[in-house]
Amino acid sequence: MSDLSTTRMPAFMRRLDPAVTTAFVCILVLLLVGSMYSRNFLSPEYLLQQLKVASFLGIIASGMMLVILLGQIDLSLPWVVTVGAMMSSAVAGYGELGSLLSVPFGILCGIAIGLINGVGVAYLRIPSMIITLATNAVAQGLMVVYTGGFSPRDNASAAMRYLATGEAIPHVPNAVICWLVVGAGTVFLLTRTTFGRSIYGIGNRERAAYLSGIDTRRVVMTVFAISGGLAAFGGVLLAGYASKAAQSMGDAYLLPAIAAVVLGGTSILGGRGSYLGTVAGVMLVTLLLSILSVMQMPEFGRQIIYGVVIIGMLLLYGRERIQR
Amino acid sequence: MKDWRFWLAEQRGTLLAVGIFVMMFIIYSSNHPAGFSPNVVQTAANKGVLLAFVAMAQALVVITAGIDLSVGMIFTLTNCLASWVVVGSPLQVAMGVIVVLGVGSLCGAINGAIVIYGRLQPIVATIATGAVYFGIALALRPTPGGGVDETLADAMTGRVFGVVPASLVVLAAVVAVVWVPFSRSVTGRAAYATGSSEAAAYMSGVPIRRAKMAAYTLSGLLASIGGLFLTFFTYTGDAAYASGNAYTLFSIAAVVLGGVSLFGGKGSAIGAIFGALAFRTIGDLLFVFDFDPLWQPLFQGVVLLLAVSLGAFGLFRVRNRLDWFG
Repeated sequence: MSDLSTTRMPAFMRRLDPAVTTAFVCILVLLLVGSMYSRNFLSPEYLLQQLKVASFLGIIASGMMLVILLGQIDLSLPWVVTVGAMMSSAVAGYGELGSLLSVPFGILCGIAIGLINGVGVAYLRIPSMIITLATNAVAQGLMVVYTGGFSPRDNASAAMRYLATGEAIPHVPNAVICWLVVGAGTVFLLTRTTFGRSIYGIGNRERAAYLSGIDTRRVVMTVFAISGGLAAFGGVLLAGYASKAAQSMGDAYLLPAIAAVVLGGTSILGGRGSYLGTVAGVMLVTLLLSILSVMQMPEFGRQIIYGVVIIGMLLLYGRERIQR
Repeated sequence: MKDWRFWLAEQRGTLLAVGIFVMMFIIYSSNHPAGFSPNVVQTAANKGVLLAFVAMAQALVVITAGIDLSVGMIFTLTNCLASWVVVGSPLQVAMGVIVVLGVGSLCGAINGAIVIYGRLQPIVATIATGAVYFGIALALRPTPGGGVDETLADAMTGRVFGVVPASLVVLAAVVAVVWVPFSRSVTGRAAYATGSSEAAAYMSGVPIRRAKMAAYTLSGLLASIGGLFLTFFTYTGDAAYASGNAYTLFSIAAVVLGGVSLFGGKGSAIGAIFGALAFRTIGDLLFVFDFDPLWQPLFQGVVLLLAVSLGAFGLFRVRNRLDWFG
């Protein structure tokens, strides 16, 4: 980047990522389109409801973003979400103590799967796409055996329901607060800690990061564990929201999570991206899905438009530079 | 080094896949209550061939260092399409088959165009196109149904001369018509070169774009042959999200088992075929040992996990720690 042109711009403009800006502009466009369809679309209640729905995706996408920043990908997300939901509901059945432990236990299960991914990627050097596919299959197998192939009968605990649907502060759903906490934590991690800087370093070039004294393998392993934990936390909240876990409830979250991260300007090759972009991406995806359902689009149309819009937006700003 | 040593070194992954498959199939057929009979082979072949076609499709793209996560959805889409068009008089059936294969190739070509000219990462681009293809499949078949010309279907899933499963013959024919010419052509070599190092391939004047485009298009074609066969087996079209997804995942597993490197430039579609057959046989091993089918997904997952972990043994040969980071 040339210094001359950038120094003349005000500081806040210089820091703006064109991708993030485009994403926010797209959100405004979506809001406009939505408001043309229905007057309720811009009402505070509806927007708050959207924010609540977005917070589930936001929490899950936060973990995915960290992994993508490393230049890796976590395809075990669908069943880690489901494991989080099912295991926390399962523990909730064990009386007072179980109800208390349900949330941490669900998250712990996610962290455990994430750790396996992390060890595979960091220490065994297995490509992340393969090892996470494999752990996804194992997690699915475990849950199929656990439930016997039927939808599970356990109900979500009171704590889970409170986290997902309650309102500790009037008019602010707890799910949104959860996302705020997770988001603040991620931003702090990425911008204020050595750990966060090493994530960016590894994403740019792991070799260089290793040579500059970072224990890259430990960082990669930890990030996968965090991603697993966050995905499971998302699952716990989803179970609390629906008051039940369901088979393959996580399938609907893989594409949106990756899409949200990538639409937010994070490079799928790693090393570049900001959390603000991911927030924009999450809102973008949620609004898009919500508009399609407001328009009463049948499922097939939703899938087609969804795919086309994602490709279109990526063509706008997600393109790689020409290698010459 | 002699020529055959080079050949052996190049084909190591493929040969390993053949070895795994032969071993698994011997265990499978020797424990099967009916033993090694044409019937057992036919059933196993019909199951395996579906995945073999999809795995071949995946292998072509993976060789160029890309990945096609829409391959299972093209498979589903062509299945739904075939349940509409492969019916009627022999001429109509023939036209129907051509239409199905054409649509599959078109889907592949769209993927290729987006990746090459749109310069998007294959993984994201094909996830998104996969959603589109699934949407179209759902529009074609909101509920399972439709039909297929039963004479053709029975011929394709039956046996030739009462012994050899017809599906295996078709698979061999497709290999001979699609894979062998491709891998020996300039375009095919260019695909390997591109996967090995795109920058070096560009510098040497290799037609990168043509190679990638050919790989993606042929991948769509192969996936549509798979979709056609699914219709022949089931006589219906079904836009099932889970099944399309599973085929995508299994195709990647089969490709890895078949010795095709996900970093590109290494392996062959033949390896992927044997990887697919081995993967299917492993999945079916449980049935011959009388386990509860409930355990099948877990068993498949664990085998997959172990298989990919085996690749880690290469780490012991690493002398320079920097080689960890490839």
